[in-house]
Amino acid sequence: MTADTGYENPAPRKGFFTDTSVCIGCKACEVACKEWNLIPEDGLELTGMSYDNTVGLGADTWRHVAFIEQRKPLGGQESTASAASTVDLGMPAMPGAADRSEFRWLMASDVCKHCTEAACLDVCPTGALFRTEFDTVVVQEDICNGCGYCVPACPYGVIDQREDDGRVWKCTMCYDRVGDGMEPACAKACPTDSIQFGDLDELRERADERLAQLHDAGIDDARLYGRDPDDGVGGNGAFFLLLDEPEVYGFPPAPKVTTRDLPAMWRRAGLAAATLLTGLAATFLGRKR
Amino acid sequence: MTGPVRDGTDVRADATSPPERTAVVGARKRGRRGRRGEQPMVPDAEFTSYYGRPVLNKPTWHAGDIAGYLFLGGLAGASSILAAGAQLTGRRALARSCRVGALVGISGSLYALVHDLGRPARFLNMLRTVKPSSPMSVGTWILMAYGPAAGAAAVSDLTGLLPRAGRAATLGAAVVGPAVASYTAVLVADTAVPSWHEGHRELPFVFVGSAAAAAGGLGMIAAPVGEAGPARRAAVLGGVLELAAAKRMEAGMGLAAEPLRTGKAGRLMRAAKALTVTGALLGGVLGRKSRVASVLGGAAALAGSACTRFGVFHAGVASAEDPKYTVVPQREQLDRRGG
Amino acid sequence: MGLRDWPVYRQLRGPDRTGRASAVQSRRSAELTPRTATADRVAKSICPYCAVGCAQNVYVRDEKVVQIEGDPDSPVSRGRLCPKGSATLQLTTGSTRRHTVLYRPPHGTGWEELDLDTAMDMVADRVIATRRETWEAEHEGVTVNRTMGIASLGGATLDNEENYLIKKLLTSLGVVQVENQARVCHSSTVVGLGTSFGRGGATGFMQDLQHSDCIVIEGSNFAECHPVGFQWVMKAKARGATVIHVDPRFTRTSALSDLHVPIRAGTDIAFLGGIINHVLETDAIFREFVVNYTNAATIVTEDFQDTEDLDGLFSGFDTEARTYSFDTWSYVGAPAAPASGVRDRTPGQRHEDKQDIRDAGRGEQHGSGGAALEGTSPERDETLQHPRCVYQILKRHYARYTPAMVQEVCGIPEETFRKVCRALVDNSGPERTSQFCYAVGWTQHSTGAQFIRAACVLQLLLGNIGRPGGGIQALRGHASIQGSSDIPTLFNLLPGYLPMPYAHHQQNLRSFIQADAARKGFWANMENYFVSLLKAWWGDTATSDNDFCFDHLPRLTGSHSTYDTVMEQLAGRCKGYFLMGENPAVGSANAKMQRLGMANLEWLVVRDFSLIESATWWQNGPEIETGELSTEENATEVFFFPAAAHTEKAGSFTNTNRWLQWHEAAVEPDGDARSDLWFMYHLGLRIRAKLAGSTDPVDRPVLDLTWDYPVEGPHDEPSADAVLQEINGRDANGDLLTAYTQLAADGSTSCGCWIYCGVYADGVNQAARKKPADEQDWIAAEWAWAWPANRRVLYNRASARPDGTPWSERKKLVWWDADAGAWTGHDVPDFERDKSPDYRPDKDDSGVAALSGVDPFIMQADGKGWLYAPAGVLDGPMPAHYEPQDSPFPNALYRQQRNPARLVYPHEHNRYQPVGGDTYPYVITTYRLTEHFTAGGMSRSTSYLAELQPEPFCEVSPELAASRGLENGGWATIVTARNAIEARVLVTDRMTPIRVQGRAVEQIGLPYHWGPNGLSTGDAANELSGITLDPSSHIQEVKTFSADIRPGRRPRGPALPALVRAYRDRAGVTEHTGTEV
Ligand SMILES: Nc1nc2c(c(=O)[nH]1)N[C@H]1C(S)=C(S)[C@@H](COP(=O)(O)OP(=O)(O)OC[C@H]3O[C@@H](n4cnc5c(=O)[nH]c(N)nc54)[C@H](O)[C@@H]3O)O[C@H]1N2
Ligand SMILES: Nc1nc2c(c(=O)[nH]1)N[C@H]1C(S)=C(S)[C@@H](COP(=O)(O)OP(=O)(O)OC[C@H]3O[C@@H](n4cnc5c(=O)[nH]c(N)nc54)[C@H](O)[C@@H]3O)O[C@H]1N2
Ligand code: SF4
Ligand code: SF4
Ligand code: SF4
Ligand code: SF4
Ligand code: SF4
Ligand SMILES: [Mo]
Repeated sequence: MTADTGYENPAPRKGFFTDTSVCIGCKACEVACKEWNLIPEDGLELTGMSYDNTVGLGADTWRHVAFIEQRKPLGGQESTASAASTVDLGMPAMPGAADRSEFRWLMASDVCKHCTEAACLDVCPTGALFRTEFDTVVVQEDICNGCGYCVPACPYGVIDQREDDGRVWKCTMCYDRVGDGMEPACAKACPTDSIQFGDLDELRERADERLAQLHDAGIDDARLYGRDPDDGVGGNGAFFLLLDEPEVYGFPPAPKVTTRDLPAMWRRAGLAAATLLTGLAATFLGRKR
Repeated sequence: MTGPVRDGTDVRADATSPPERTAVVGARKRGRRGRRGEQPMVPDAEFTSYYGRPVLNKPTWHAGDIAGYLFLGGLAGASSILAAGAQLTGRRALARSCRVGALVGISGSLYALVHDLGRPARFLNMLRTVKPSSPMSVGTWILMAYGPAAGAAAVSDLTGLLPRAGRAATLGAAVVGPAVASYTAVLVADTAVPSWHEGHRELPFVFVGSAAAAAGGLGMIAAPVGEAGPARRAAVLGGVLELAAAKRMEAGMGLAAEPLRTGKAGRLMRAAKALTVTGALLGGVLGRKSRVASVLGGAAALAGSACTRFGVFHAGVASAEDPKYTVVPQREQLDRRGG
Repeated sequence: MGLRDWPVYRQLRGPDRTGRASAVQSRRSAELTPRTATADRVAKSICPYCAVGCAQNVYVRDEKVVQIEGDPDSPVSRGRLCPKGSATLQLTTGSTRRHTVLYRPPHGTGWEELDLDTAMDMVADRVIATRRETWEAEHEGVTVNRTMGIASLGGATLDNEENYLIKKLLTSLGVVQVENQARVCHSSTVVGLGTSFGRGGATGFMQDLQHSDCIVIEGSNFAECHPVGFQWVMKAKARGATVIHVDPRFTRTSALSDLHVPIRAGTDIAFLGGIINHVLETDAIFREFVVNYTNAATIVTEDFQDTEDLDGLFSGFDTEARTYSFDTWSYVGAPAAPASGVRDRTPGQRHEDKQDIRDAGRGEQHGSGGAALEGTSPERDETLQHPRCVYQILKRHYARYTPAMVQEVCGIPEETFRKVCRALVDNSGPERTSQFCYAVGWTQHSTGAQFIRAACVLQLLLGNIGRPGGGIQALRGHASIQGSSDIPTLFNLLPGYLPMPYAHHQQNLRSFIQADAARKGFWANMENYFVSLLKAWWGDTATSDNDFCFDHLPRLTGSHSTYDTVMEQLAGRCKGYFLMGENPAVGSANAKMQRLGMANLEWLVVRDFSLIESATWWQNGPEIETGELSTEENATEVFFFPAAAHTEKAGSFTNTNRWLQWHEAAVEPDGDARSDLWFMYHLGLRIRAKLAGSTDPVDRPVLDLTWDYPVEGPHDEPSADAVLQEINGRDANGDLLTAYTQLAADGSTSCGCWIYCGVYADGVNQAARKKPADEQDWIAAEWAWAWPANRRVLYNRASARPDGTPWSERKKLVWWDADAGAWTGHDVPDFERDKSPDYRPDKDDSGVAALSGVDPFIMQADGKGWLYAPAGVLDGPMPAHYEPQDSPFPNALYRQQRNPARLVYPHEHNRYQPVGGDTYPYVITTYRLTEHFTAGGMSRSTSYLAELQPEPFCEVSPELAASRGLENGGWATIVTARNAIEARVLVTDRMTPIRVQGRAVEQIGLPYHWGPNGLSTGDAANELSGITLDPSSHIQEVKTFSADIRPGRRPRGPALPALVRAYRDRAGVTEHTGTEV
């Protein structure tokens, strides 16, 4: 956020560090969020996507736990299945059983990134989306008129419209709770502290340490996502420690806030408008007929 | 089992540590096991995604409303310019039809916009703020300036009341009209939707070209052949601009151009091209002589413009629904950056 | 809206020019307050789901619960709640809860509403009538004074006080078939741990896991089933501990472990036996610990013969009666006293009395007190050289459990097996400790108690008991399942693991006590506990002249476990049934038999939150569809009473670590919803009123009962506090007692559950203590109250050397302070405070005095941890591997295929499968998911949970999917000799074929949470399971059985039983299949 927010007592920026390397995929975060925010049920359908039946973030899911089954080793972890199964079993075929020792199950809890440069907020025509004194991005449900503009603007596919309600919804980073000195509901519930809430500066330090630790332990895949203030959205208020490429988890690998291109776009639009004006003016030149 | 060495930061330290218990750290540190180099997860896939699910949430906008809004807004904005030109050059019939066209267009456009709101009753919340970062906010204020002018121009013309004010309004609407026709390109381009955003440099030209073609088309239909010369030229000029800009746009969009060529959007874009060309030839050339050709050509130009807007709209939706369009370009960019 | 409120104005005037922050904030946003801040009050509570016992804060506004979340003060949960705990608000206030009484008349096709008062009266009448009609004064010539016409099931979700009233009232009415989830869940734990160590509860507590250097999670899916407790595993891991998960499936626990070891379900004894062998062969035992603190040195009689000698049997097996006699298993110098009730049918004589071959979960009484021995000083050889010392016997017994054999039986490669051995051995000894964590992956087998025994043996050999970070963490199930074993709604027990008396000729209190009490250790004081219990129940009527009303207790004549009750129902002898918080139509083995049993009742009372399957089988049960039952023809009367939730009543839950945790009532229940305490108390009052003036001696026990609790509130809710005080006990002056050591056998004290004596010490409800964790040390002794005597780590005397000094600085817990002449340390010493390590008893000392200063297992008859159990476990003194009842493999270790003493229940609906063959070629294992709870009553009707796992599924390997044509997301039909079900398919690498006896075997995972009711519905896994029970505990084998799987949905209607029959025919299943010894 570059501009002045104008709060009398701005608090240090609050954020989430979600360390997916300790996530047990329990989905307490999903449920705690729903309970606190009284979010409607989001459909009862088995997807066949490992243990994920929530599928993604949306108007009725503000925390989403992804489950990824991979034939890849997790540094430091050993699985031994293949030793037993590589033997020919006289069964039709054992596709890929040879790589069975290379298996890991990644789990990660996704949430609104509370972008430093938040496209959703930038494009909102009503001011329903705004930046709070905690430097988080929140939709004001009393203002939103459901224009839907923020939905395609978000580069992470976070915010969405609730059909029967017309307005858009997403994580508020528990604006109400945080305002009262409480921890957000999801972070509070998380049994393993995979979700850590706090001052962003401090979280970034903690994340750097954790990353170094994992690298030392041979988990070379570990990386931080959204931590870097120089990235396409100026860094995320909610950032992650991942064990694979972001797209594996359904994240965009290099998202950008499109409003950065806005001045250029306005210039092009101005040029186009001028072209239109002059072009059409030109149609009147010459003989009247 | 030689688990990595860990020292207790991943579970928050608390007050329950036992007395004199130090972390057990044996000689158990070890590198990543089996360093086998890269192992693609699915060997033949070009990109990875989460179960093929989209990265983006697709626009919740309804095609009829929002593509219609783009089309009608363009029609209105360009019509106002034609109206002013006609007024200044004494083409009364052309001026009238363009004024009326602009009013109808902008009313329809506004209606579509409000209709698409999840909470239409809260339309006025659009006026809470002036937000330069929001094309929709800027657009709303543009419409606030443009709408009354376009309305006054048409009403004065039709009723004959306050003719001077009407003439002034016509000129006013013509000044704002270009903005009305072009800001919608920024509106859709300022999103994460690949097939909208990636064309952001050329899209305003596509849109104004399309607007000009539509206004020209309307003029050809509504004005007598004798007065419709500028309209015919507008249809030709607009068509050429639209097609040229679209071509250039697609060429610069990379993978995001694909949705403009395939599926529903592809069909619409091809139709748009054919209709626009037809409109320009039929109206612009034959329309000089024939009233029938003029009307037919005008209709084709209008339809072509509409198809462009629907085509662009659907291409955007399609590009948001497939993670490929988000992941592949971003991954390429990262890899380029990473060396 | 004034101009100043207009954001554009604020934009222009203020610093937020771009209108993206303060300028556009609405008034509502500026004034936002969380609803926790506006609550009128906060009630302190405990999560009602699982036994981790996470603490909750319940926020109340305008007499409505508005929010429930974790209480950060709790030392175990630190404010965390798993998805279930987080969904508690919806559970308790959601729209699927019922608030009216419902009644289904005989043959009725729908529910009718009934007012609460009428319904209570009707139930009281039914109880009285059925009791009269089915009263049994004598059974085969022996006095029993009971009714087999009424049974009750449920208790693990209830408060201790509720269980206490249920047990008290029903026992006084002569109802013996009183059971709860403890039977089907962890009964084998009580046998396994109790026989080995003297108490049947987890040896330590959750937070202590952080001090482990190696954690082996086996038979438990810790991260999924006890998620909040799992934070302590993560903490240990963060501090460098090695975490190993041994499980047939790769689960969310495996995902966070350092090593996952896939194992064939049902073969853990072979695996653990292999480790025991490794430890013995490589002399990796913790010798000083083993010699002093276990019975390794004790000499066993010459008559003992091992499975080595008898190809899979121990000596003393009676083939006809299918039971062992313990005679030949005894120590030299201290024969085992047969467990109570078996007294006049000492093993060996029992075949005369074949009725009683299912002699009934005796092992479970070791919940607090090991098996009794006749003498006090068995012979020992501390050099461990004597060929008949336990150490040498053990060595011979496990010699054949080689790594190659482990691979052959369990499918675990040698290399992996050795890794586990190394991790355990390297992380045991004076400086290090390893811990085992298990749950029902071990308990629910036909040799369940022995699975746990095997871990006990191993942990004793490695010296990992009684020490920080060591021990065996039995991860219990429901919120109060430990409590429902301690204050047992179990047929064979009285509170505090006192045995229910069996029918005998001329037995009085004295002979009963003598039969059961140990000669040595604290169990020698059993009479004090027993008399105090009788005083609590029958008050002034209980005097020494009338044996303290000992004969008011009905008598047992065999097993009356929940599965026997089902057989009684099918036989038409059991006519009335109370279901108070249990859902057997989904949760119990062979669900169809459960339903058919209920369909044969005259009346059924269901108390629950919503209409669970056990209440609606007459309407929409699977048998209605297949035509095996008809609604119109069914004559069972069904009463549904809405139950009050934990937020609507006060009481205590006992968590998995024996902590009694009090939860306050936050609000009054709505409508007709009432607590189970209310129900039992008022039912008792009505029955007593109706019987008042009766001169029939049969009615004396219920009329003499102390049944007068203060009531409070608009519904006349009995005071749970008053009940807890009765449980705690009082002295002759009526003052509350502080410790069970104060109890006396002369009738001067009363105590409803001796192991809970002290919970109301100093007149304070100690269970309600909530001193914040961060104001205490890691033991957190002032949070809640743990039995016994608020000790958190049991047997902690063993954390010190025999001389009383700590084994090491890193692992010190309690030690002998010679200057003070007392044991001291971080925890409450589990030892007589002033008994010096040097103390040695005299030859004729008995009771507590007979325990020496180096006997850490003070509830054991010899003060030692039992590597070898001369008594107490009915199927052998040492664990031996047998194949599960339904197994695709022959036993590679012995000729004896299955546990010879297991209990089978042949019945047309309970057929067993042949060994091997290709009709049922796959191994099924059933289990839980984080997102659901047990039989589903508390999760399938809760949308926030239901949506997370919306449909039943089975998990299969890609190889199995390929060979059987199963598709991810598609349907599969699974068939056993009992029934067939359908489920969606998840094809996953988390399931792997494993190689056993030269061929690959596929295992299929099947969560068991579903049934036809609720928001998320589907077939129940227990349609497939059969009833085969562990002999000592009567737990059912649902963790493994074989089956076939095929693509597609199952047939509907009568075609379903036809399919099952066709399979049976193909496999050649008869009524004898699988019933052989
Ligand atoms: N989320 C959730 N939590 C719960 C419950 C719930 O329903 N849902 N229920 C509560 C109750 S009542 C209980 S008793 C506990 C139970 O807790 P757990 O015992 O952890 O639960 P299960 O999932 O039944 O079984 C545990 C594991 O045992 C494995 N297993 C099966 N057979 C074998 C075997 O032969 N050997 C070995 N080594 N492993 C085997 C299964 O694959 C499974 O992963 O959980 C409690 N907590
Ligand atoms: N195949 C297979 N079968 C199994 C198992 C397995 O692993 N595999 N596990 C077994 C185990 S360990 C267990 S514990 C059982 C569990 O099986 P059940 O105990 O039958 O299942 P629950 O759904 O827990 O039933 C408890 C009921 O009590 C209700 N309840 C909750 N609180 C209260 C209250 O305060 N008062 C009253 N009156 N009712 C209340 C709940 O709504 C719920 O319906 O299942 C066993 N069955
Ligand atoms: S992630 Fe999306 S919704 Fe969240 S702040 Fe960023 S742009 Fe807005
Ligand atoms: S939908 Fe609501 S929050 Fe989103 S941009 Fe429109 S007004 Fe703003
Ligand atoms: S911070 Fe609050 S709103 Fe956001 S995901 Fe967590 S619980 Fe939900
Ligand atoms: S609550 Fe924590 S551990 Fe559980 S799924 Fe969410 S992030 Fe993972
Ligand atoms: S279900 Fe168990 S782990 Fe989950 S919150 Fe409740 S007590 Fe804690
Ligand atoms: Mo359980």
